[in-house]
Order: sequence, then C-alpha cells, then structure tokens
Amino acid sequence: MRSKTRRAALAALSAGVLLLAAACGGDDSSEADEDTITWWHNSNNDPGKAYYEQVAKDFEADNPGVNVEISAMAHEDMVDKLAAAFQSGDLPDVYMERGGGELADHVEAGLVRDLSEDASEEIEKIGDVAMAGWQVDDTSYALPFSLGVVGFWYNTELFEQAGITETPTTMDGLYDVIDKLKAADLTPLSVGAGDKWPAAHYWYYTAVRACSPDTITEAVSSRDFSDPCFVKAGEVVEDILETEPFHAGFLSTPAQEGASSASGLLATGKVAMEMQGQWEPGVMQGLTDDGLGLGDKTGWFPFPAVEGGEGDPAAQLGGGDAWAVPEGAPDVAVDLAKYLLSDEVQQGFAEKDMGLPTNPAAFDSLANPSLAELLKVRDEAPYVQLYFDTAFGESIGGAMNDEIALLFAGQATPEDVVSATQSAADDEG
Amino acid sequence: MTPALALMGVFVVWPIVSAVRMSFYRWKGFGPMEDFVGLRNYGRVLGDDVFRDAVAHNFVIVIASVVVQLPLGLAIAMLLNRNIRLRGLLRTVVFVPYVMAEVIAAVIWFQLLQPEYGVVDGLIELVGLTPPEQGFLGTPELALPTLFVVLTWKYLGLAVLLFLAGLQGVPDELYEAAQLDGASWWRTQLRVALPLLGPTIRTWLFLSMIGSLQQFDMVWVLTGGGPANATTTMATYLINQGTQRHNYGIAGAASVVLFLVSFVMALAYQLLILRRDTVVER
Repeated sequence: MRSKTRRAALAALSAGVLLLAAACGGDDSSEADEDTITWWHNSNNDPGKAYYEQVAKDFEADNPGVNVEISAMAHEDMVDKLAAAFQSGDLPDVYMERGGGELADHVEAGLVRDLSEDASEEIEKIGDVAMAGWQVDDTSYALPFSLGVVGFWYNTELFEQAGITETPTTMDGLYDVIDKLKAADLTPLSVGAGDKWPAAHYWYYTAVRACSPDTITEAVSSRDFSDPCFVKAGEVVEDILETEPFHAGFLSTPAQEGASSASGLLATGKVAMEMQGQWEPGVMQGLTDDGLGLGDKTGWFPFPAVEGGEGDPAAQLGGGDAWAVPEGAPDVAVDLAKYLLSDEVQQGFAEKDMGLPTNPAAFDSLANPSLAELLKVRDEAPYVQLYFDTAFGESIGGAMNDEIALLFAGQATPEDVVSATQSAADDEG
Repeated sequence: MTPALALMGVFVVWPIVSAVRMSFYRWKGFGPMEDFVGLRNYGRVLGDDVFRDAVAHNFVIVIASVVVQLPLGLAIAMLLNRNIRLRGLLRTVVFVPYVMAEVIAAVIWFQLLQPEYGVVDGLIELVGLTPPEQGFLGTPELALPTLFVVLTWKYLGLAVLLFLAGLQGVPDELYEAAQLDGASWWRTQLRVALPLLGPTIRTWLFLSMIGSLQQFDMVWVLTGGGPANATTTMATYLINQGTQRHNYGIAGAASVVLFLVSFVMALAYQLLILRRDTVVER
C-alpha cells in the first residue's frame, strides 16, 4: 500500500530527520509517564480503527489508571515514522515489528524488549511456526498477531471464459493456464515490478521451491548463497518471463496504487491473475468504485511446485506483523501487547477480517471464505518462509530486490541475482 | 543576525557535518554509530555502476537542458515579447507548469504516460503509430528521454519568465534604431536582444545546472529511478540507499559526493562565467 507521492515527501522528510538524528544519536527517550502508554498501529480505516479504539478502552477499564494513547497511521506513514523513532531511540510503548533481519538488527541495537518470560503463555499458544520470525537466538521479542501467505489471486469468471477448470499445481500447469488465457485473448498476469518487491516475490517463491528448507535456513543464518538452487530459482523466473504472461508496462507499474496498478488491473478484470499476499482482497476493495473488489469472483491458489526442486511444494512464502515493546517501556505496555493476543481480541480481529490471526482460538472466527481458505493453507504448510527482504534485512533484501527487478527487465542473469545478493551480504560483514 | 546564524547552523551546517560524519561509518539508521569504516563507503559508492550511471544521467539532464531548453525558451520568450494575440494567455500556459508542485506534476504525467490506458498512448494510436510495449516509462531506453521531456515541460516556464524579464530590460530605442537601419525582426533579436540577454541566460544556466544535478522529486514519482536503473540520479540513489536499504553510511557518502559535484560545478561556473556579470567596469 505504498503511496509513491507520500513516499517522495516522506523520503525527503526522513532524509532531513536522519541527518538531524545522526548528529543527536544515542538514546534520548524522555521520562515517560508510567501510566500512559503509546500504541502505534496501521489500522487507520474502519472497522479496524474503531475496533482498536474499543480494545484500548477495554484495556483501560481492566487496568484502572492506565491511559492508552493510540496513533493510527497509514502503513507507510507508520513505517517511516518508526524508522525515525528508531533513529532517535524514542519509540512508542507498543509498536509493530515485521520480524526477520529487521528485528535482529533492532535486537542487536538493544532496542527491543525480551518477551520470552513475560508472555510465555501467549508464545506457547501462538506456536513455533508463527513465532519463528520474531525470535532471535531462541529468544522471543514480539508477539505476531497476523501471519499470512502469498499466492495467486485470480478472477474465476475469466478462468471460466478461458476454459480453465482446474488451478495449476506445477509450473507446467501454470504455463498451460497462461497459454489458455492468452488464447482467449486475456492478459494472464499483472505484477507491480515498478515497486520491485512484487517481482521479487516470484524469485523468493521459486527459491523456496528450488531449495531445500535446510539450504534456506542455512542461508538466512550464514548469508551464503553458493548453493546452485539459488541460480535455479532465477532460471525458473526466466522461464516464467519467457511465456510473456504479464500486462503491458509491468516494469513501471506500481503494486497497489490506483486502478492502473497491478492490483487495480486484477480488481477491474483487466488481467486474470496476480501473485500477492493475504491483504489482496482488502486492497482490491479499495480500488473499485463499488468497494467490492473482485467480490465473489475471487479465487486463490498456492504457488505451484517446481519440477526437480528440492523444496517442499506445500511450504509457503509469507509474513506478518507482531506487537513489540521497546526496551525500557513500562510493564503495562507488555500487558497491552499480551492483551492484543488474547482470545477475545484475536476473535474480534478475525471477525472483522483484519488479517489472519495467530491465536488458534480465533481461527474459526474469520468471516471471509478466501481468507479462511488461506488460513488452512498456512496452517497445513510445513513452514512459512518469511519474505526474503524481511528475513535478510533491508540492506541485503534491497540489493536482492533491485537485481530481481533487473532480471525482470532482461538486464540481469540468474547468476547476477545471486552475486548481487552475496556481495550485499558480504558487505554486511 | 544571531537568529539567522543559529538557523543556518541547525539547518545547513549541522546536517552537512552529520552527513560527512555518517559517511565514515557503517550504520543502519539506529543505535550508536560506532562501526568506523574510513573511506570504504566512498569506495563502494564510486565503484558502484549504478551510481556512476546516476552521475551520467544527471549530466545528460544538464547538457540536454542547455541544448533543448535554452533555444526553446529563448524562442518562446522572443515570440511572447511581441504584440501578438492572446499573449497573456500564452504566457500563463507556459508558466503554469513551473508553479505547479513537482510531485503533483509527476503524478499527473505518470497517469498520462500509463501504457495502454494512458492518454499519451491513446494519442499515439490515434495517429496510427504503435506505442512502446512497456510504455514510455517502462522501457529502459525511453525512460530518460521521457523524463527529460516532462522536465522540459515543467521548467521551460522558468526560462521563458527569466528571458522575458530580460527582454523587457532592452531599451526600446535600440529596437527603433535597428528598425531605422532596416534590420528585420529576426536580425534585431539576434544582434540586439540576444547579446543584451547575456547575464539573464547565464543566471538561468546556473539555476538549471544546479536543479538538474539535484533532480529528485520528478524521477522518484515517475520511475523511482527505474526501469533497470535507467533514470537513477545521484539524489534517488542516495535516498534508495538510505531510506530503502538502510545503508545510511553509503547514503551519507553519496550525499557528500553529490554535494561536492554541485559545489565544484557551482564554483567553477561562478569563477569562469558568472564573474563577468559581477565585475564592475571602471
């Protein structure tokens, strides 16, 4: 949901802020009022916004004397504000962590509070699969409240029109679907390669399918990409590109801004499929005049198996958001983070389709059938691989995404993607 | 004077000193800045093909501005300086893009240049031509020229405004004298008006050069530096390295390089070209 215009303004602002913060440095968090806790979240539209306001009121009622100050922001505003807050060291008491390498960096800088003991009950309930992305050296630093997976969203009506009766489970099957859609004079896929990460998701998935889970786990910790399966991942992406499945102008198309974005093209029936995360139905609703998105024409299928790949075809690529508490925040902030993962709050979260809950007590509460189906796929997955750019952190992930975007533009080879990633990893030291 | 100095210190000197300091560290944007790496970040920036391309793109924009915007701006200013019909309206039309916020202008052009559904592609098809498959902004070879066309649309108004102001300063007597000598309008412009516009042109050249070197907003919104880094400028490179990749040390080094390039160019221009405008004749 990145807004380019806002990003431009914020990038300029952040540049200024970072220059000032660079000179300030250090931890200058002011003496906080123990009874007032600040909570930043990105549910800035109803029903989520109103729901979280109610949740805060309920928490205040259960904890007399405590005052919760909410800042509900658009996602990208929140991310940019958080970046500035990390620089100044003056963080809100409860905030969103995306996990992986980003979290590891925050932990290394001593900014995040260890929740392993304080929230042991919640951590046990959430389970190892979902918690994995928010643990560093077996220590839990945040409580994931939503965890979703990426897959192909498609227009069931256009599939019918092209005579497609079954969703593909192999790459050949996917190519067959692409051929059929093209034969029916339909554009098979959209991708917001202008924003890079949607294109990068293809490579991430082909790597998850081409590489064994051990190879990926090993790469995440050792930052070694020498296994040939990473080159194979790029070759599979090249195979996909060779079928010319994407809409015209995909190299400069944004992911999800406006009707001409990749998500907009799917929402308005101009393409048949788009590979995106669990947020796609909600995003599409915001991109059509009737506010319904694809409505009951919405279909979903997981990323197909890669023939000869060592990865588990049932493994999924995904990610989520977790509530974290900064080092030095009052204990009541931990209580709020725990309360946000309670059965009651997670059930309300699921009922309003705000995301895919992590507390099993809320699994049956999802109202949207597509999301319920996704939840099933997520929970049946042997593991959910965190998006690589999050898992490896912005520095390596950014280099990876940039090179994958070049691969999409036909200006980089599968080997280039690996070597650019490796060189960024080596520079990290 | 003191408040001005304080403001200058906080908003100019301090950020510059901070950026220079940051450029010697490996720093992710938070926590203490303690991983001193010396000149390594500079080595990485200068050794990065993407940055070198970015410098080249900046200079292409500088040179193209001189080659295209200068004669075009002069021609339009000279035409608008005549007593032609709808002069006021035409002046406004030329000047409006300049006063429009750069981000808004870029968003409008982004929509106009959308492949397949955009107005520009529609017009091209209307005259029987085939627009580029990836669109003007999505085709690496076309993205920079397209960006330059949009920049020209945006900034031509400034050139015209300045040149018009310069032309207003040309005394009527000189035109009249030229007319009495039987010079044509064209000849009068070339021999009388143009030489007197020298200082104005040199001022515009300076503004254009510095603006082109620091070009950010339009590129960021239109292409984000893509496709395939085809429109990356020094400014988009440093913002990408800083706010997107969290390589703040590299961003710091790139910003120092950008500052130095702009500073040296500005200084050289001041010494070699603008100096003649400030030398008082004795």
